[in-house]
Amino acid sequence: MVDIKNVFKSFNQKKVIEDVSLTIEKGKITSFIGPNGAGKSTLISMVSRLIAKDNGDISIDGKDIMQTKSNELAKKISILKQSNSINLKLTVRELVSFGRFPYSQGKLNDYDWEKVDEAIDYMELRDMQDKFLDQLSGGQRQRAHIAMVIAQDTEYILLDEPLNNLDMRHSVQIMKTLRNLVDELGKTVLIVIHDINFASCYSDNIVALKDGKVVKQGRACDVIDKCVLKDIYDMDIDIKDIDNKRICVYF
Amino acid sequence: MGYKQKTIILTLIAILLTLLYIFYDLTGNIGYILPRRIIKVVAILLTGAAIGFATTIFMTITNNRILTPSVLGLDSLYLLIQTAIIFVVGANSLVMMNSHVNYLVSIGGMVVFSLLLYRLLFSSEQNNIYFLLLVGMILGTFFSSITSFMQVLIDPNEFMVAQDRMFASVNNVNTDLVYISVVLFVLLLVYMMRYYKYLDVLALGKDNAVNLGVPYGRVVKHLLVIVAVFISMATALVGPMTFLGLLVVNLAYEFLKTFRHFYILIGSMLISIIALIGGQFIVEEVFTFKTTISVIINFIGGIYFIYLLLKENKSW
Repeated sequence: MVDIKNVFKSFNQKKVIEDVSLTIEKGKITSFIGPNGAGKSTLISMVSRLIAKDNGDISIDGKDIMQTKSNELAKKISILKQSNSINLKLTVRELVSFGRFPYSQGKLNDYDWEKVDEAIDYMELRDMQDKFLDQLSGGQRQRAHIAMVIAQDTEYILLDEPLNNLDMRHSVQIMKTLRNLVDELGKTVLIVIHDINFASCYSDNIVALKDGKVVKQGRACDVIDKCVLKDIYDMDIDIKDIDNKRICVYF
Repeated sequence: MGYKQKTIILTLIAILLTLLYIFYDLTGNIGYILPRRIIKVVAILLTGAAIGFATTIFMTITNNRILTPSVLGLDSLYLLIQTAIIFVVGANSLVMMNSHVNYLVSIGGMVVFSLLLYRLLFSSEQNNIYFLLLVGMILGTFFSSITSFMQVLIDPNEFMVAQDRMFASVNNVNTDLVYISVVLFVLLLVYMMRYYKYLDVLALGKDNAVNLGVPYGRVVKHLLVIVAVFISMATALVGPMTFLGLLVVNLAYEFLKTFRHFYILIGSMLISIIALIGGQFIVEEVFTFKTTISVIINFIGGIYFIYLLLKENKSW
């Protein structure tokens, strides 16, 4: 369980997150939606200690993240940011093997390599595992990064816009992978996502943010609602029920 | 050919050049020439290794391939600290007379500055490399201008006394400091051991490093201190060489084609040693001291620097 209590953050006097309190359920996919600049990425970066909060408390399974050793935290929570520009001559397999750093400190044993292989297979990267990152397309690179996070094998996985640069097939593949991680392996996944239909179809819970505040949080079917979405996006969005899924028509 | 074989080749070339430099045309009073050549070679080896090491670490923690400690003005700062000491306490004071005390005081100054640099480089949440480059260029120019300003104000006789000791070059190696530098070098390598495993991960960028559990702030601060001491050492022994680090680290990456810092560190130290000893040999035997190696290295390195800037510019 991730507990966020009265968290504030501002950049150069501009308030980005204002008094956010949230509880994120374990063993579920929680999606963060909201317009650009709502503070979704900032919030998820604070949970993963990439940026410091100005005020408030964040704890994971009852342990304050600021009191916990960075290396211990790295075995519990992992994050993938949206922009990943690594200018190293690195193959896919080498990148994925970095995910084992918290356990191995750079000296990987057989078990670590097993986990690396698993992650590569999970993301269907087997046939391109020896290619260099700069030879890959944006989508392939994104999948390689996700494989690294999977190899890190943490209970909590945070992804900042994981569907960026991906076509439909790969977007669906990744969302299904995340679903499997939650359903089969009992992981907890937090994602920042722009496509509300993906959020609606694949997540258990949704947190809607606007101007640094939580507008609505709850089960996916409760948040994907005409009035709520109007509130968040200032747009009239039609919602259709198709095969028991709530699909937003906003074109 | 893998990077391991290439590292071995570099090692052989470096050893060969070192031996060539020591034993070439060894005629006359061997008992006088040989020890002098050896101490000069040790100084050059130390400098080359220190610059290769410091620049590799610096480029890794700042995540770029253009910015080096020298481009940021760290070696100009060393000269500024030296000049400031004479300016304040005079050339005949205890601090100036005992070169070891002077050396350690200057290194202390550099460490303090590197901690300030840490705040400048890493306190803001996002860094713009061109901004840093600009800051570095301005600081470097500022430091050398202040240095020459102080030198103008100092009593000329006092300045002459101090200059000889302060401003070394490859032709005029600061031999008093060689022994203490060897000790310092070994100490730094031992100190470095704890942080060495983090380098590969740091190269992935701050976000990835933090995600993978690197205690980022502490590690980067300590590494910057190591960089500052290495640069002080190199500058004290043979004087500033702005573009050497840039040249050798990039060549090491291009030549070895690996991301593993173990090999990149060794590779850039070796290439740096090859460039310095080979270059010095050519300067002495071919140009018969008509030019200095700093000029050659800055000429080649400067061109390479412009090439890198243009290349980076295109990819953005």
